Amino acid sequence: MAVKRIIPCLDVKDGRVVKGTNFVNLVDAGSAVELAARYSAEGADELVFLDITASAENRKTILALVREVARAIRIPFTVGGGISTVQDIENLLKAGADKVSLNTSIVKNPLLITEAAKQFGSQAVVAAIDVKETVQGYKVFIKGGREETGLEGLAWCIQAEELGAGEILLTSMHKDGTRSGYDIALLEMLQKHVRVPVIASGGAGNMQDFLDAFKQTGVDACLAAGLFHYGILAISELKEFLNNNGIAVRI
Amino acid sequence: MIGIVDYGAGNVASVMYALEALGIEAVLSADPVVLSTADKIIFPGVGEASSAMAKLRLTGIDSFLTSYREPILGICLGMQLLAAFSEEGSTDCLSLINGTCRMFDKSLVKTPHIGWAQVQYNAGNALFEGIKQNDFFYYAHSYFLPEQEETIARSENSTIFSAAVNKGNVYGVQFHPEKSADAGLRLLKNFVQLHVNNREEQA
Repeated sequence: MAVKRIIPCLDVKDGRVVKGTNFVNLVDAGSAVELAARYSAEGADELVFLDITASAENRKTILALVREVARAIRIPFTVGGGISTVQDIENLLKAGADKVSLNTSIVKNPLLITEAAKQFGSQAVVAAIDVKETVQGYKVFIKGGREETGLEGLAWCIQAEELGAGEILLTSMHKDGTRSGYDIALLEMLQKHVRVPVIASGGAGNMQDFLDAFKQTGVDACLAAGLFHYGILAISELKEFLNNNGIAVRI
Repeated sequence: MIGIVDYGAGNVASVMYALEALGIEAVLSADPVVLSTADKIIFPGVGEASSAMAKLRLTGIDSFLTSYREPILGICLGMQLLAAFSEEGSTDCLSLINGTCRMFDKSLVKTPHIGWAQVQYNAGNALFEGIKQNDFFYYAHSYFLPEQEETIARSENSTIFSAAVNKGNVYGVQFHPEKSADAGLRLLKNFVQLHVNNREEQA
């Protein structure tokens, strides 16, 4: 059985990694390719690149970056941000990405999941779902967290699986950058309802947070960004800690 | 020179980059005439079995592969298509090895099976030379080939399945060596050297 995965996420703007709190206040965190190679050497199981400047004129920049990363590292990686057509997906996979993560585009056009899964296999299609806890429960947000939709968080995750997504990357926006721990209650609920791998995102602050997420919710992978970029936590140290606490990881 | 089968399926770029890192010359082609000049073939694959087989038949790559006598390495879906049959789309495959590919039982395990899993191999097969027993390789698949006579390595995901197979010149790996860090790169290197050894034996 596949062991639990640790996934650094790199928010990329013009080829540089940036990190903010609650999706704003962006600061520079280094070169994307250099960080990718460093994480790979430290034992990251996989990488996620989110192109946060995603725009038409930026497509070529991200394809060049994907090629460069695929050359530099020998672990799988996912690319997201501004992907809206099957052609976009094909270009990224051909450039060397293993998976694409789809967010705003699948809320606008849910059948994109099905078309992509049919053409490239569901293992290449990650539904990236950003949710925020509101007075009406967990709501789905799009456009990098700027726009609220009418969708209910859990229901949209279930639908994404039914449409053919091979993994669900669930980000709790109200946790993002807070370092107060993963959203255990939401992840636990999601685990009961989907049968594809789930990647937890948003809120990791220390090693115990990862252990809690794996032990209490059974998620398949934990994603974090700033914690790794700023050297607060080394991936090798984290994996050793998890291994010593009964979580099977690749060491 | 290594021929990589290009039939629109799969992440061939990463296979090319891995070979590049090993300093091995490779050509990506969908043309059996070009591929037949290669010393060995890598047959990648990501996607769905029935549409992949349809593309292979359309281009004549199916009969090229079944008549090719130098080493072939099928990767992921490429390995599954080497078998006789796949339950994915009820597809007749290449029958270069035996067996039927089945889907994981979703009620028992999350599917697709995505991530790193340990591999136990049979001692003595050159494909795994220099690789640690129980080392991790990266998987991304929903269908699997059960353990059988041609299985040379296995992994477990609620059921034991074929991680690697070998019959004569035909090799297949269910995992992605091009994405499996150092162990994967070593396996690709072993495959290339295996070819060199064969040549020496023939000479």
